[in-house]
Formats: sequence, structure tokens, C-alpha cells
Amino acid sequence: MEKIVVNHLNFYYGDHIALADTSMSIAEHRVTALIGPSGCGKSTFLRCLNRMNDTIRNTRAEGEILLDGVNIYAPGSDVVTLRQRVGMVFQRPNPFPQSIFNNVSFGPRMLGLAKGSALDDMVEQSLRGAALWDKVKDKLHQDALHLSLGQQQRLCIARAIAVKPEVILMDEPCSALDPIATGHVEELIESLQEHYTIVIVTHSMHQAARVSNFTGFFWLGKLVEFDATEKIFSRPGQKQTEDYITGRAG
Amino acid sequence: MLNNKSSAPKSISSFEFAIEAIIRVLGFSTIGFVLLIFLFLLKEGVPFFYKTDLINIFGTRWYPTFDLFGTLPLILGSVAITVVAVIMALPMGVATAVFIREIAPGWVREILKPMIETLAGIPSVVIGFFGMTVIAPMVRETLGVATGLTIFTGAVTLAYMALPTMISVAEDALDTVPKNYRDAALAMGATKWQTIRHVVLPAARSGISMAVMLGMGRAIGETMTVMMVTGNAARMPLGLDALFKPIRTMTATIAAEMGEVAGGSIHYHALFGIGIVLFVLTFFINLAAARAIFQKRRKGGLR
Repeated sequence: MEKIVVNHLNFYYGDHIALADTSMSIAEHRVTALIGPSGCGKSTFLRCLNRMNDTIRNTRAEGEILLDGVNIYAPGSDVVTLRQRVGMVFQRPNPFPQSIFNNVSFGPRMLGLAKGSALDDMVEQSLRGAALWDKVKDKLHQDALHLSLGQQQRLCIARAIAVKPEVILMDEPCSALDPIATGHVEELIESLQEHYTIVIVTHSMHQAARVSNFTGFFWLGKLVEFDATEKIFSRPGQKQTEDYITGRAG
Repeated sequence: MLNNKSSAPKSISSFEFAIEAIIRVLGFSTIGFVLLIFLFLLKEGVPFFYKTDLINIFGTRWYPTFDLFGTLPLILGSVAITVVAVIMALPMGVATAVFIREIAPGWVREILKPMIETLAGIPSVVIGFFGMTVIAPMVRETLGVATGLTIFTGAVTLAYMALPTMISVAEDALDTVPKNYRDAALAMGATKWQTIRHVVLPAARSGISMAVMLGMGRAIGETMTVMMVTGNAARMPLGLDALFKPIRTMTATIAAEMGEVAGGSIHYHALFGIGIVLFVLTFFINLAAARAIFQKRRKGGLR
């Protein structure tokens, strides 16, 4: 099943073209990794999937992105609803400077999903889903900024899944974390794919190989190759891909 | 030649020394002047507190000609007008700051910011004049009160004067909220307003309370405008209807009466006594503002 289909996407920052003619199908309940050197357009591509690039002035997208068959860039399509369905976890953990509970309950409160004890349950579920519940259940009302960076990132994942999205986008979620915290987040990604479709941008090819089912390789604003992860890492179809994953380029 | 060579660096270094000494003296003299003013204020004001009964000092009647020096109506007058002014200015100031920082497109921001700074430069007497000839008659006619020179009128003009400070400080506070907080909220499907209300404003809270404090400091020390638009009747501002009656502030009392008071009389000392009270009040307001700044810095360090 395809959750997202991207057709001939071009993306511009002012006059500069950051993504050219990109097409890709993203499978439901699978992990899709996007790899490539810095500035290759992989994060730009990711941020198109929930239209977060709209918050940057003077940018423009062409082409279409179908979420369950409906173009998210169609005129009149609602970005607020889109972002409820397509959540995001950022490169640096960015919990709000508020309590752990308030962080996780933020989305459900904003969207009016739950109140009172139902909200408490939702927070617990989300924290369990992010494998953080046992660590923080006794300090739900402490400032989230007191957590370690790795825990903060898992809190951000809990916050993202609390609004029950269908897709979770992760923009280099482990780049600020140490190896142990990275391990925790990777295990989490493994378990999350049962319920969510995950698209992850990563600098680490090892991470892509470990966590993903499909991998796309970007180079200078173009999607060079997209295939099953094991194929990309064992028998890449393009010379550029092979050079990059074997460390000869990039 | 040899002599010349060795004397040149020496004259340069003594020149440097002289400049440095002058700068040092000028720098310290500022602190010295502030201290001297404070000492003078104490010297002239403290006699009021022991030459007059406490009952008289904290009485409700200020009639210097009858030796009645009740400061309560003046203190409450200043406090009332400041509080009302801040209540009026706060929503407007924060809303304007939010508009400039979060909503307005770039070119609107470029026009608005210098305009607000210009607003801060309007002399208080001009604003007082405007209050007297425009706001006061408006208040009198629409509310049908005896005079338009009221707490309300004064508070409107003071709010107007406090606004530029409040807006720029609140705007700075919003500016220091990291973009990734906004991104996090937006990425969850929060609307722009939900993001501002539940993420940006709480994160900027300490900076906004600093804006309030600075606005307050500006309002409580203001003299000319309040003297022109509040009617200057030393009445106790009790009850809600006092909002639309004249009042007299500490600053206006000092300014109005100092010119015609006999040096060394109780009345003279009383005016300085009021000055001390005013000084202490503004000191605590500034202290609160400094505390807000400190908290903000400490919070910033956590990130």
C-alpha cells in the first residue's frame, strides 16, 4: 500500500531550485530513509511532505504530493489538518519550556481530542509509545528541559504521536544524541512502524541500513535512486549511489 | 635626536594617562551625582517624617495651608493611575508586539517599528495638551461627569506614553523565542493563533513582565501629562466611580507646589518626603524589572 505518492516535485527557495523533478512512492507502515550529503535536498523534500516549508518566506513548490490519493498542495487544502495527519520530529530536540505533561498533552488539548482523565490516559499511552513512561511517570510536572537530550527527543516523539498522526517525519532525529540514546530512538522507530508510516532523513548510512525498509539517495537536489534498502546497500543501480555509500563521494 | 626619540613615547603615554583619568573622573562623577541627589533628597525629606505625626502623614487629607500633610491620597493617586494605565496598555502593547513580530509581513514591520520609536519621542507636554483638549472633553461629554480631568483621562494618556517602551521590550522578548518552538507546534497541526497563545507567549513570559515593569516605571514617574489632565484634587481614590473623578499624584504635587513653598518649612520637607516615597516605589519597580531580566537570562542559559 502506498501512503504518499510524490509526482514531479520541484521546490524553489527564491530563484534557487532546491529539488528538481522528484518522484517517489512511500509505503504505508514502513520506514523510508532519505540519505545524501548536506544540502542535497533531502530535508527540503521531507519538509514538503507536511508543508512545513510554507513557514519559510519566498519559497515555492510545483508538482503534486498525494496523501491517500489527495494532493496536499491543491488550492484550498488545509495545512492544519495535514500536519495533524503528518507529524514531525526535528533535528534538535525541541520540547516546549513547560512541564513534561504539558508537552505531551499540547496537541490533544489544541485539537480538543481529550480532556480530564482521558487526556491523562492519552499522555500515558503516548509516553509508553515513545518508551519514556517508566522514566518520567513520577515527574510528569517537572520542566521538560531538565531531561537528557535523548529523553527530550523521545518526549518530542511522544508529543508527535499524541495527536495520532498517520505519518511521522523525522529530520535527522539522532544527530544531537549520543550512541546509547541513538540506539533507544532506533529501537523506537522499529516499534513505531506497526502503527505509523515513517520517513526519516539521516546522515548516517548505517542508521538507514539498520532502521529502514526503503532508501532514497539524493544528490544535488535530485533523487538519484530509490529502492528497497537491502538492494541500495548491496547492489546499488547507480554509480553515484555506490560511490556515496562506500564513502568515495559526499 | 636621541633625546627626542625617548621623549616622544613618554609624552604619548602621559597623554594617554590624562585622557584615561578624565574619562575615569567623568564616569565616577555620574555615580557621584546620583548619590548626591539621593543624599540631598534624604537630608531634605527625612525631617518631614519626624517633625510631623505619623497620623498626619498617613492621613487622608493634604491641605498644607492647614498643616495637614496626609500623603495617602497622593500615593494612592499615583498607584491608581499607574495601575489603570498598565491595565490599558498591556493588552494593546502585547497585541502590537505580537502583530509586529508574528503576523505582519516584513514591509509592514519595517514601517511600524520606527513609527513606534517616534511615538516614544513625543514630549509629554504635547501628550498632556492632547489629553486636555481632546480626551478630557470627550470623557466629560460621553460620560456626563462634572469634569473630564479624571483618573481615566490620565490613565489613557499615560498608557499611550508607556506603550512604545512596552511594545519594543515585548517584541524583543518574542524575538528571543526560538523558531523551533513555533515549528514544533505548527508541525502538530496547531494554528498560528494556538501557537502564539500556548507556546510563544508563555515562553516570552518573563520578557513580557519586564515590559510591564518598565512601562509602569515610565508611568509612575510621569509628571507633566498627569498634572495637565487629572484635575489635581487630592482626593482619596476609593470606589469604582473614583475612576471618573479628579485625582492628584505625587509627582504633580511636587511639581505644582515646590515653586511657592518657603524653604525649610514643614511643607518644604513634606514635598521632599513625597520624593523619597516616589524614589522607593520606582526603585522596587526597577528591581522587579531587573529580576525579570535575570530570570530570562538564566532560562536562556538552559537551552
